Amino acid sequence: MEKEDYDLGKIDIAWCPGCGNFSILNCLKQVLVELNIQPQKLVIVSGIGQAAKIPQYLKTNYFNGLHGRSLPPATGIKASNPDLTVIAESGDGDMYGEGGNHFIHSIRRNPDITNIVHDNMVYGLTKGQASPTSEMGFRTPLQSNGVILEPFNPISVAISLDASFVARAFSGDIKETKEILKMAIKHEGYSLVDILQPCVSFNKINTFDWFKKNTYYLDKKHDPTNRIEAFKKSIEKEKLPLGVFYINKKKTTFEKNLRIYKLNKKPLFQRQHSVEKLSKLIDSEK
Amino acid sequence: MDEISIVLCGEAGQGIQTVEKLSTKIVKNSGFNVFSTKEYMSRVRGGSNSTQIRISKKPVAAYIDRIDILIPLSKDALPHLEKRISKKTIIMGEKNYIKNTNKYNVLELPFTEIAKNIGNTVFSNTIAVGLLSSICKIDRKLINSEIEKYFSRKSKEIIKNNIAAAEKGYELGKELINKSKIKFDISKPNFKNNEIVLNGSEAIGLGAIAGGCNFISSYPMSPSTGVLTFLSQKSDDFDIVAEQAEDEISAINMVLGAWYSGARAMVSTSGGGFALMTEGVSLAGMIESPVVIHLAQRPAPATGLPTRTEQGDLEHALYSGHGDFPKIIFAPGTLHDGFFLTQKAFNLADKYQVPVFVLTDQYYVDTYYNTEPFKHDLIKNQNYFIKTAKNYKRYQLTKNGISSRGIPGWGDGVVCVDSDEHDEEGRITESMDIRTKMVDKRLKKLQEIKKEVISPELIGNKNYKTLVIGWGSTYHIIKEAISKISRKDISFLHFKQVYPLHKDTLKFLKKAEKTIIVENNPTSQFAKLIKLHTGYEIKNKILQYNGLPFSVETIETQIKKLIRGLK
Repeated sequence: MEKEDYDLGKIDIAWCPGCGNFSILNCLKQVLVELNIQPQKLVIVSGIGQAAKIPQYLKTNYFNGLHGRSLPPATGIKASNPDLTVIAESGDGDMYGEGGNHFIHSIRRNPDITNIVHDNMVYGLTKGQASPTSEMGFRTPLQSNGVILEPFNPISVAISLDASFVARAFSGDIKETKEILKMAIKHEGYSLVDILQPCVSFNKINTFDWFKKNTYYLDKKHDPTNRIEAFKKSIEKEKLPLGVFYINKKKTTFEKNLRIYKLNKKPLFQRQHSVEKLSKLIDSEK
Repeated sequence: MDEISIVLCGEAGQGIQTVEKLSTKIVKNSGFNVFSTKEYMSRVRGGSNSTQIRISKKPVAAYIDRIDILIPLSKDALPHLEKRISKKTIIMGEKNYIKNTNKYNVLELPFTEIAKNIGNTVFSNTIAVGLLSSICKIDRKLINSEIEKYFSRKSKEIIKNNIAAAEKGYELGKELINKSKIKFDISKPNFKNNEIVLNGSEAIGLGAIAGGCNFISSYPMSPSTGVLTFLSQKSDDFDIVAEQAEDEISAINMVLGAWYSGARAMVSTSGGGFALMTEGVSLAGMIESPVVIHLAQRPAPATGLPTRTEQGDLEHALYSGHGDFPKIIFAPGTLHDGFFLTQKAFNLADKYQVPVFVLTDQYYVDTYYNTEPFKHDLIKNQNYFIKTAKNYKRYQLTKNGISSRGIPGWGDGVVCVDSDEHDEEGRITESMDIRTKMVDKRLKKLQEIKKEVISPELIGNKNYKTLVIGWGSTYHIIKEAISKISRKDISFLHFKQVYPLHKDTLKFLKKAEKTIIVENNPTSQFAKLIKLHTGYEIKNKILQYNGLPFSVETIETQIKKLIRGLK
């Protein structure tokens, strides 16, 4: 496979120059090629927002749905055809705000999808309001006295719900982010990759340099199968840890829990209901 | 006599549903025609719930006020049904459940005592089943075998006790007949009743399977849950993914994802749940996704009367979702309609890539009667998705607005769908020119849809003077009321497709001297729709919105009032 397989050539991209989205797009493209995933066998599902435009810029299948609603269609797509690789990707406002309920319950449901969240701690497309991950005191035209809500901690929430794979990356670190994305996509089950990224237009606090200063990579000694340790790491505030916090390989995926795939691996579109069985069922109402 | 109407009334949790399900099977398999419907409160225990069972020589399929035999199973039963009890009503039951004995025609029967002797007061229900069976002179063997079938998953002890209870009830009935305390000679039809007996939820569920449904995601909400439960219980036999979503928003979005990757998917919901789904309906309009929506109506606004019936969501469905895009709305009248239209809904949704609604209500989904076994081959199921070529464009502009629908992983192309306005490839665009073309493309599909609208059904004489118009679940009620009025100049026009309207609608209306609309809602939503699309105003209205279905008697009286003076 070549990187060109995912390339659309010269296209107009709606992101601001210097936006962290560019490097995430770049990482993702490379990872998909390196993992040898055919564009025809991949679906990227996204919601609405600047981050949610990412599938527009790759040559692959995509379902660019409603704001906050990327996880439900991603679940439906994977459950109807488990042969597909499914990525649900959007920003922090979309996934943790508008789609918060789906975030919680998708973790419980554990479909084999990768959930990539571009986390820049601010709303971009609606021009600079607070997001669920904005820090307290963060001033915006709307939160003019600063944010008074406690920020949402997706890593802690995911670990507390026993998500099967939980990681945090930084868009500025290509090599590490690629590694994390690879692990997440290969992981069987729901995997969360929260990617910290600067918003050059609306977040003057959490800049590239701020992230460089205020993050560090988890020690090699960190045991991602230890949930308590993972949780402890997730609530650190001084500096934000990066890397894979938690992995639970014991969980069965949603698709594998569906009895229809126990004996027959065919996707739904290749199956038909038995007419004889239906006739019998109708007759059983006698 | 040709028929008998029996009503059982007790508290929630007393097991009246068992009596209903068991009796309908026994009565039907003994050769009678049977109908039953329930009205119940939104609670798990207590209150007053009642079930009507009509047993008849001729087919019966409508709710009536008349009660021939009333079996109260709680103290509140008689006050609850006061308005429907007449001098002719025989009340059979426990002494302490029957007050004002002078006012009523009463037969005291010690249900509870007998039940206690068998081991539990809950057996009162099965005693009632035995009693009803003996009044109808049904063969005991049949009763026992139906009880065995019904409780087949329960322990032998439970089956044994229920059979004993039914026997006691049977004896009780025999004694009453022998002592000439009651006399009901219901004539049996002369043929073996080989029909199926089921309720509206089951008809919709079977229709969904017939339509190839292999994915349902929904959130439980009365009265729509029956369809979700039915399909979930059949999911292993028929390869169906049945998922209870965290909310209705998730449910419809999951279903759209399922269609996108090649499944045939549906949601089942009611007013408030559907309100949450409307953004998803709009998404289906934009990405041109098929979707089948079973909307079981109940009285609103807001939580309204959760367990009651109303035809109040027609406009909600019709105008659901922001923006302009085509839809199809079916409203089954008969059980056969429910089966056939749901099957058709999947095929039309797939063909035109639009949302298709099956609009029912509490009365429809909770009503049982016997009917001919459904034929699943009246429509040929057809999958409309294609294997994509490398240069595939999901929204290729075509003459009729329909672009072939690819699915991911099937073919060399990629399938891109976008809730933003998009170009032919499905990529986001802000080109005004493309915008106009895409709007026109989506709306063009309505012209195609209009070519195959189901004609309204005319019941009665073609040369009518008065035309009664109804839609959806009121079918049998209006039909029976009109047959009782028995005038050659009154006919009934029933719509099972309420949107788009059939092209002959105006012709039917104009032919009448007088038109009367019957709707289970306060503002005659369907008459408004007819006015909007045909210009014809139906001035006479029979409307009811107290949460109950119309009774045959109500419709009969109201029509008679409206046609007074008409020669």
